[in-house]
Amino acid sequence: MTTAPQTAQTTVDPSEIAKFEAMAAEWWDPNGKFKPLHMLNPCRLDYITRQIASEFGRDLSTDRPFEGLRILDIGCGGGLLCEPMARLGATVVGADAAERNIPVAQVHAEQAGLEIDYRFTTAEAMAEAGEQFDVVLNMEVVEHVADPLAYLTACQQLLKPGGLQVCSTLNRNPKSYVMAIIGAEHIMRWLPKGTHEWSKFITPDELFELLKSSGMTPVDRKGFVFNPLGWSWSISDRDLSVNYVTASIKPD
Amino acid sequence: MDNHLRCAISKAMNTIQDICIIGGGLNGCALALTAAQAGLSVTLIDAQPLADHTDAGFDGRSYALALASQRLLATTGLWDDLDDHAQPMLEIKVTDGRAGEGPSPFFLHFDHAEIEEGPMGFMVEDRHLRAAFLAAVAETSITHITGKTVTDQSIHPMHATALLDDGTGINARVLIGCDGRRSSTAERAGIARSFKDYGQTALVCAIEHDLPHNGIAHQFFMPAGPLAILPLTGNRSSIVWSETHETAKEVSQMADAAFIDHLKPRFGSFLGDIKLAGARWSYPLNLTLAKSFVGERLALVGDAAHGVHPIAGQGLNAGLRDVAALVEVLAEAKRRGEDIGSPLVLGRYQQWRRFDTATLAAATDGFNALFSNDNPLLRGLRDIGMGMVNKVPALRRSFIREAAGLTGDLPKLMKGQQV
Repeated sequence: MTTAPQTAQTTVDPSEIAKFEAMAAEWWDPNGKFKPLHMLNPCRLDYITRQIASEFGRDLSTDRPFEGLRILDIGCGGGLLCEPMARLGATVVGADAAERNIPVAQVHAEQAGLEIDYRFTTAEAMAEAGEQFDVVLNMEVVEHVADPLAYLTACQQLLKPGGLQVCSTLNRNPKSYVMAIIGAEHIMRWLPKGTHEWSKFITPDELFELLKSSGMTPVDRKGFVFNPLGWSWSISDRDLSVNYVTASIKPD
Repeated sequence: MDNHLRCAISKAMNTIQDICIIGGGLNGCALALTAAQAGLSVTLIDAQPLADHTDAGFDGRSYALALASQRLLATTGLWDDLDDHAQPMLEIKVTDGRAGEGPSPFFLHFDHAEIEEGPMGFMVEDRHLRAAFLAAVAETSITHITGKTVTDQSIHPMHATALLDDGTGINARVLIGCDGRRSSTAERAGIARSFKDYGQTALVCAIEHDLPHNGIAHQFFMPAGPLAILPLTGNRSSIVWSETHETAKEVSQMADAAFIDHLKPRFGSFLGDIKLAGARWSYPLNLTLAKSFVGERLALVGDAAHGVHPIAGQGLNAGLRDVAALVEVLAEAKRRGEDIGSPLVLGRYQQWRRFDTATLAAATDGFNALFSNDNPLLRGLRDIGMGMVNKVPALRRSFIREAAGLTGDLPKLMKGQQV
């Protein structure tokens, strides 16, 4: 389904560094255009790190607890998830189908003194190449792909047996329409209009079925809930009405 | 020195710690300990040589630790050493008094029996608190540098460096200024501060008295300023006596005997005969507030962020609340893999503490302005207000919780939870 190149772009054209640095600064500006992502990020990271720690028996209060784990982040953007994973000691590959994100993420990782393998590629292409990971992070991607099952199957193939996939997306109901499309795109202008197509949103039950069909065993699901009073996000056991996240394991 | 060794040393010097704390006072030590326990790597720099702190004599200084602060010390494991030296504050009596007229018939009475959490707070002497902190710091992995001054600081893409007067550079993800109301750390970072003088000076000392205090703290509001009598262990109390700068200057120049003669009529004879225990101190009362509590790879804690009017002993309590909030923010960020010195992370600390602090400064300010006034109308209002608080249990309980430091968005360490 894709013609994206499989090879990593490993060097950045020096004449373009300034441009990429400016774009990286934009990605990482807490009050810039990625503000909504920065607000959600601590919550996503809490979920991801706790799931990884419990699945692989790691202690988060130690230094570099994810040492020895190979982690793939699909749709890595500017590296908002890759950098924390690398800082926790993991070997990280960040993949993005948007070519311009790659040098931006590379420039920022270099400034941060982190070694991260950023690639302009897709999950399908990497699966075909036989890449294997302990953890696949699949955050807010599945609602954008044309064939969710084909995509999730590629994600499953990328995992070693016993590997963990964390997958988040948006629920499909009247509330999510109001919050994600009317609220986030039209009123708050957090996201460009047309970012989301509501009909592509997936209910938690549908996602669990898709994950099972792809060969995964779903083990957990939680909601990410925005609290307008505290202007912050929190993890909820019960409220999966808009943003939610799942954990699933590839059987041995 | 062979190359191998030189290489090892230079590598050690280039290590980047999680945090470098500038200022080894009570807040600095508390931050170092709680941060180290939460898994952060810590360097603590104290300009004072270690010996200066460990002189064992009682110097007359003590703190009213709110219950929330006591919980932080208990969670940190320090309370076991302090418990024997701490006097629980079981009741607080607030009276509107005028010298020579006796107390007003209305007074506020807060009794810890009305809330289930325990005593409202504890009186602890400065020397015991310092000794407990220093002993605990010595037992940890904290790099404790004493007798060295920070002369400069610089910001790099992923760390900041504090330069010591001996030329050593300490690298850390975040520099934390715990260096008091004249914080050089804040000044070097170009963080301005606002300043307000209250026109009063607090005269502080400890007294021995014949009769027991029964764990009751008294606060008399006099026209010139408040007089607090706070129970210490045994038949001893700590006095915080606020007067106008001018009067305070006269009183502080008096000999000890004349000082006591002057103090006696202020609170009458309910403690029997009194005499001085330890030295006398005086502190001009003013408020300083840093324009920002954070900067580039920098956070300010305690008086460096906000030096409040020390009535009701809220200075140290507010500082410990900064400590608890900052450690929680940094430890959570580190476990998530975030860059703990990024504006994203430090912004969370700023957001958490700025609001609380502005409220405290305004409340303390208003409380003092209302009570340190001889206007008959205001005096009448105070009497009515005090009567009301006494008659409405819910209102009284909320004052007690406020005094115990149990209100607001409480950090985990102050709920008695580990970070």
